[in-house]
Amino acid sequence: MSDPRTLFEKIWDSHLVGVAPDGTTTLYIDRHLVHEVTSPQAFEGLRIAGRTVRRPDATLAVADHNVPTTNRAAGIADPESRTQVETLEHNTKEFGVEYFSMDDIRQGIVHIVGPEQGMTQPGMTIVCGDSHTSTHGAFGALAFGIGTSEVEHVLATQTLVQKKPKSMRITVEGMIGAGVTAKDIVLAIIGKIGTAGGTGYVIEYSGRAIRELSMEGRMTICNMSIEAGAKAGLIAPDEKTIAYLKGRPMAPKSAAFEAAAAYWRTLPSDADATYEREVVIKAAEIVPQVTWGTSPDEVVPITGRVPDPAKEMDTQRRAKMQRSLDYMGLKAGMAMTDIAIDRVFIGSCTNARIEDLRAAAVVVKGKKVAPTVQAMVVPGSGLVKAQAEKEGLSQIFLDAGFEWREPGCSMCLAMNADKLQPGERCASTSNRNFEGRQGRGGRTHLLSPAMAAAAAITGKLADIRTFK
Amino acid sequence: MEKFTTLSGFAAPLPMVNVDTDMIIPKQFLKTIKRTGLGKHLFSEMRYKNDGKLDFTFVLNRMPFKDAKILITGANFGCGSSREHAPWALMDFGIRCIIAPSFADIFFNNCLKNGMLPIVMGERDTAEMMREAHDGKEFTIDLERRRVIRPNGAPVPFPLDDNARHMLLNGLDDIALTLAKTAEIDTFEDAQKKTQPWLYPAPPPAAPAP
Ligand code: SF4
Repeated sequence: MSDPRTLFEKIWDSHLVGVAPDGTTTLYIDRHLVHEVTSPQAFEGLRIAGRTVRRPDATLAVADHNVPTTNRAAGIADPESRTQVETLEHNTKEFGVEYFSMDDIRQGIVHIVGPEQGMTQPGMTIVCGDSHTSTHGAFGALAFGIGTSEVEHVLATQTLVQKKPKSMRITVEGMIGAGVTAKDIVLAIIGKIGTAGGTGYVIEYSGRAIRELSMEGRMTICNMSIEAGAKAGLIAPDEKTIAYLKGRPMAPKSAAFEAAAAYWRTLPSDADATYEREVVIKAAEIVPQVTWGTSPDEVVPITGRVPDPAKEMDTQRRAKMQRSLDYMGLKAGMAMTDIAIDRVFIGSCTNARIEDLRAAAVVVKGKKVAPTVQAMVVPGSGLVKAQAEKEGLSQIFLDAGFEWREPGCSMCLAMNADKLQPGERCASTSNRNFEGRQGRGGRTHLLSPAMAAAAAITGKLADIRTFK
Repeated sequence: MEKFTTLSGFAAPLPMVNVDTDMIIPKQFLKTIKRTGLGKHLFSEMRYKNDGKLDFTFVLNRMPFKDAKILITGANFGCGSSREHAPWALMDFGIRCIIAPSFADIFFNNCLKNGMLPIVMGERDTAEMMREAHDGKEFTIDLERRRVIRPNGAPVPFPLDDNARHMLLNGLDDIALTLAKTAEIDTFEDAQKKTQPWLYPAPPPAAPAP
C-alpha cells in the first residue's frame, strides 16, 4: 500500500518532469490558456530567441479583457486596446495556436471558455497568465495563475519551474440556507482566513455544502481562492463533474471519455490523507455577504454594519480600515442595508455563467430597476449569452431596465469602455473591490448575483432573504 | 537578464499592508505590448493628483526616494492580479529589491524572473528598517551571503532558496535551462501518452459547441 494522498498530491506527483535536490520542480503543464493582456511580451520573447510553441494543441487563446461590450461590428475604438487584441491575433496565427476571435460565438472570459469547451478536465495541470485561473480547480484540476515570463516558459517548454505548495483543506459542513450562494460561502471564507490566509497553499474545498453545489457554484468558489492568496483552489471531481464534461467539444469522446472518467474517479483524496492546515466552517452560519471596504476580506453579513477602525488594535490594520472607509465614503456603524448604490454590474469570471444569470433573472422578473441606478448584465461568453437569450432571460433583464451586453471582462476591471465614474458606488458580482478597480475613484461592493439584482431594484444594498 | 549580486542605495518606506498590483500599476497601463517604459506609471493613482501633477506627499516623489533602489513595505505585498507589469514598473522606476514581511506568490515569482529580489523579513526588522529608511539612510543587499546590511552596519540574514539565488546571482534565463532538459520532457510526454492518451487529442474542434 502506498501512503494516502490528497487530490493535490496525486496531480502534483503525476506531473513531475524532474526534481532538483533543493526541491525545485519541473512540472509538466497539460493545458495553457492565453489572453491578450499578459501574452504579448511572452510571444515577443519567443520571437527574439527564435523559439517555437512546444504544444500548440494544448494551448487556446481568447481576447476578453479589452473587448467592447457594445456594438462589436464597429471594432475596438481605443487604439491601444485594438493593438493588443490584434497582436494576440497575429501571434496566435504565427505560432499556430487556436484563437477565438471577438466575433466567434465561443469567445468570452477565458475562465468561462475553458470549462465550457470541455478543455478543463480533472487531474490536469492548467495555467494562464491570469490570477483567476484558480477557477478551473472546480473540476479537480491543479490550475493557477502565472506571470508573463512564465507564460513564455510554458509556451516554449510546456513546463514550469515550481516549488511544491502546502496543502489546506477547508470543510464547509452541513447545508447552506435559502438565499445563500457559492459567492457568499467564498466571501465568508475570505472574511475568516483573510487575503493572505491561503498564501503558499493549495486549498481543497470539501464538505456537504461544497458537494451540493453545481459546477457553476464550484467555479465561483475556486475562482476567488486567489482572493485568499492561495496558489490554487480544488474540488474533488465527482459524477456531477463527469456529467458536465460529457459531450463538450474539447472533452474526450466515447471510449476515450470512459477511460478518462475511470481515471478521474481515482483522483479524490484518500480518506486518511492529511493536510498541513485545516479550516472548518459551518454552512448554516453563513449569511449573504457583502464587502464594505477595498479588500475582499473587508466583508460583513448583509445584516451587519460598517465596522469601526477604532476597535482594531493593530495600527497598520487600523490605518488600512480607515483608508478603506474614506475611499468608500462610508461611516463606521452604518447598516449595510442603508447604503445606496448608483450602478449594478452582473458579470465577470466569478459570476457570469448561465446559472448566475438565471438566479439574477428570478429576482428582477416583472420589476423595474430603481430610477437612481444604472444596471448592466455582461454574460461570460457568447454561448452563455445565446443560452440566456434562448431561455428569455435577456428579455427579463431588458424589461426591468438592465443593459444587456456582449461577453467579456468589462467592468470587472474596466480596461474597456465600461467604468465607474469617480465616487460612483457599484454593487458588483465580480471578485475585487480594490481602489480604482472598476474605474478611478469608483466604489465597489462585492456580492452574489441575486443580491446584485435585488440591489438594482431597491437602489440600496438589500438582503435577498427578505427582498420582495 | 542582469545579474543581481549586491545592491546599495536608498530605500523608500511604504508603510501599507496588502498593496495590490492594481495599486502598483493600474489597468489603464496594461495595454502596452512592451516590458519597458512603465516606471512613470508606477503607483500612478497615489503618485499623481487628479490634475496629473506630482503629489509630493507620496514617498517616491520626494528626495532621496526618487532614486530609491529598494522598497520597504507591509505584509502581503503584490496581492491580486498576476500582472507582471507590476515588477516591470518597479524595475523601470529603478527599484530592484523589495523588503516586506510577506508577499503574494505570483508577484514573488514574477520578481525573480526579472532579476529582482523580494526579501521576506520579520515584522519587527521590517518596521525598524522602515524607520531607518525614512531618515534617508542607505542600505546594502548582499545576495551572495543572503543578508541585508543596515545603515548602522548590522547584517540581517534573509531566506531565499538555493535555486532562486543561483539564478539571480548568475542572471540566468530560466527557459534556456529548461530547454536543455528537452529529453526529459519528451520522456514525460511519451509516458503520459500511454497512460492518459485523451490528453493528446487529434485536431482541435472546428465547430462551436451546441
Ligand atoms: S472577469 Fe475580471 S477577474 Fe475574471 S479574468 Fe476578466 S478581469 Fe480577470
